[in-house]
Amino acid sequence: MSSLPELFERTRAEGRAALIGYLPAGFPTVDGAIDAMVAMVEGGVDAIEVGLPYSDPLLDGPTIQAAVDRALQTGATTSDVLDTVRAVAQTGVPTLVMSYWNPIERFGVDRFAHALAEAGGSGVITADITPEEAGDWLTASEREGLARVFLVAPSSTNDRIALTTAAASGFVYAAAVMGVTGARDQVAPAARELVERTRAQTSLPICVGLGVSSGGQAAEIAQFADGVIVGSAFVRALLDAESTEAGIEGVRALAAELRVGVGAPGGT
Amino acid sequence: MSIDSPSQQTSVDGYDADSTGHWGRFGGRFVPEALVAALDELTAAFEQARTDPDFIATLAHLQRTYTGRPSPVTDAARLAEHAGGARILLKREDLNHTGSHKINNVLGQALLTQRMGKTRVIAETGAGQHGVATATACALLGLECTVYMGAEDTRRQALNVARMELLGAEVVAVETGSQTLKDAINDAMRDWVTTVDRTHYILGTVTGPHPFPTMVRDFQRVIGDEARQQVLDLTGALPDAVVACVGGGSNAMGIFTAFLGDVGVRLYGFEAGGDGVETGRHAARMAGGSPGVLHGTRTYVMQDEMGQTVASHSISAGLDYPGVGPQHAWLHETGRATYAPVTDAEAMAAFELVCRTEGIIPAIESAHAVAGALQVGRDLGPDAVVLVNLSGRGDKDVATAASWFGISAGEGGA
Ligand SMILES: Cc1ncc(COP(=O)(O)O)c(C=O)c1O
Repeated sequence: MSSLPELFERTRAEGRAALIGYLPAGFPTVDGAIDAMVAMVEGGVDAIEVGLPYSDPLLDGPTIQAAVDRALQTGATTSDVLDTVRAVAQTGVPTLVMSYWNPIERFGVDRFAHALAEAGGSGVITADITPEEAGDWLTASEREGLARVFLVAPSSTNDRIALTTAAASGFVYAAAVMGVTGARDQVAPAARELVERTRAQTSLPICVGLGVSSGGQAAEIAQFADGVIVGSAFVRALLDAESTEAGIEGVRALAAELRVGVGAPGGT
Repeated sequence: MSIDSPSQQTSVDGYDADSTGHWGRFGGRFVPEALVAALDELTAAFEQARTDPDFIATLAHLQRTYTGRPSPVTDAARLAEHAGGARILLKREDLNHTGSHKINNVLGQALLTQRMGKTRVIAETGAGQHGVATATACALLGLECTVYMGAEDTRRQALNVARMELLGAEVVAVETGSQTLKDAINDAMRDWVTTVDRTHYILGTVTGPHPFPTMVRDFQRVIGDEARQQVLDLTGALPDAVVACVGGGSNAMGIFTAFLGDVGVRLYGFEAGGDGVETGRHAARMAGGSPGVLHGTRTYVMQDEMGQTVASHSISAGLDYPGVGPQHAWLHETGRATYAPVTDAEAMAAFELVCRTEGIIPAIESAHAVAGALQVGRDLGPDAVVLVNLSGRGDKDVATAASWFGISAGEGGA
């Protein structure tokens, strides 16, 4: 299995950006989600974010909300999320969890970190905590060797970017726009400016997410960022499909298109 | 309802949050990074405003000439006969313009919005009282206003939807999740993270990320500051107990704050017991919830094993919320205040009693406080003086009450 540092070393050597794909665990079913994530890897995604379904996802737009609601209705649990990580990590790509804070706190921060590491997970992207509130998580992630991926946003001051990147590991998640998740037609100019300001503070890889949905957008971002993160567009492919099988093929095709966008060379 | 006798009153070292908004392990700021800049800006603007004589004078002027402050204290002698003879004093927030305490906070935050140079306001609302107060302040100050309200609540509180629209606000019916207050807050947060450069979010209660719990409390503390003096003037002494209902907790913090340092004054917060805590259909966060993170703060939350928020239930839309302000969580944990549930049935019995004995139709939220106060009075005995925050009037609840009591209320209904 490749680690996050190895991944970025390789994509840098290949002169391209890494492609990171998100889907929530448990949607449309636990197994269906695993199959879709494996198809993403087969299509060319370099790292997977497994979403932990949460009842109050206030950083998510309607597409991801709809998928997460359905995952919760079918009874997806935190243990299912860990099982999903275990299955996806076996493909060999770095596999992270994307979560809101309360389910992790409820599971127990130390217990979650230990279980995630044991399942072969690489780290956690935390949507609604900043380093100031992350004391327990900083300790637990350090102990378990997990990446702590925090977000920076166009509204972040340079001081905050310094504080956030100093606490982060693995990579930094740069939110391309002010807003929630959801496909958008264009790459906002704010994204490039934010990456430049973040670059000035850290040597960690910087990946851009929120709103990216097409190969063209991925290509544009790949010119200035180390990675491109795509979520809602993959979810949409599953939501709109007539069957899970068709959805999985849609996901695979989108992964391939995006992979061309980030600069195709190299296998997984 | 059952009230534990207040544990030996623990002395609390200072009642304010630390500089990052924490009361012990509660409070704080659990938000996407994108909102931190706006929260920092708000904290700074509030810190400046609270000591600025111009701001203080402008707010005081509005409170006097627009809200109608100070609100009176009414000696509820006939009601008191049902409280074992204890003296019951009602702090009449129901007489404020727009019909509840919500206007106190809204005027303060609307003035802050102007100070920060923002032109648009968003708010969440459950019962509609906070939405109406926000729409009112925006009309008064010429601010654009959007109110998020759960689709379920827009049906339950159709009258308040019409009021907001008459006042020029846009009301967005939120169709996601349980379609109630918690989902309205989610959507308001989503709007805010997208529009934050020109929009201020006027949160309606003492919860959410720092500085909201502190700021909203400080805009509401006028209730207790007035009432403490009014009770002293009337009785020559402090009350034995101060009682309020607790939804998010703003009217309760508003009346408690002036008395926090008076360790002889017992503080009681009554939560919505719904059908009874044992049924799971309630909004008693202290009795039936556990510490967790919801809507930007760590507090008592109704949640399942996985940390998913569990739907709350109450006949009163204003108390129907699965979280509670973090300072209440702290007051509960330290024992400085005592919290207990009041069921729908107990609240409605008290509602009827206030109507019939005092000629006051209370908000159903406030009826929870009255039900609690009657019990507190009986427990403390006939010499006791119990101050009750009557947080709002019941006009909005007439249809609900009519159907509860089987009275015909014309069209509309709960
Ligand atoms: C009259 C009245 N009282 C109380 C509440 C509960 O809110 P809080 O606990 O913040 O005072 C509401 C909320 O809508 C209300 O309208």
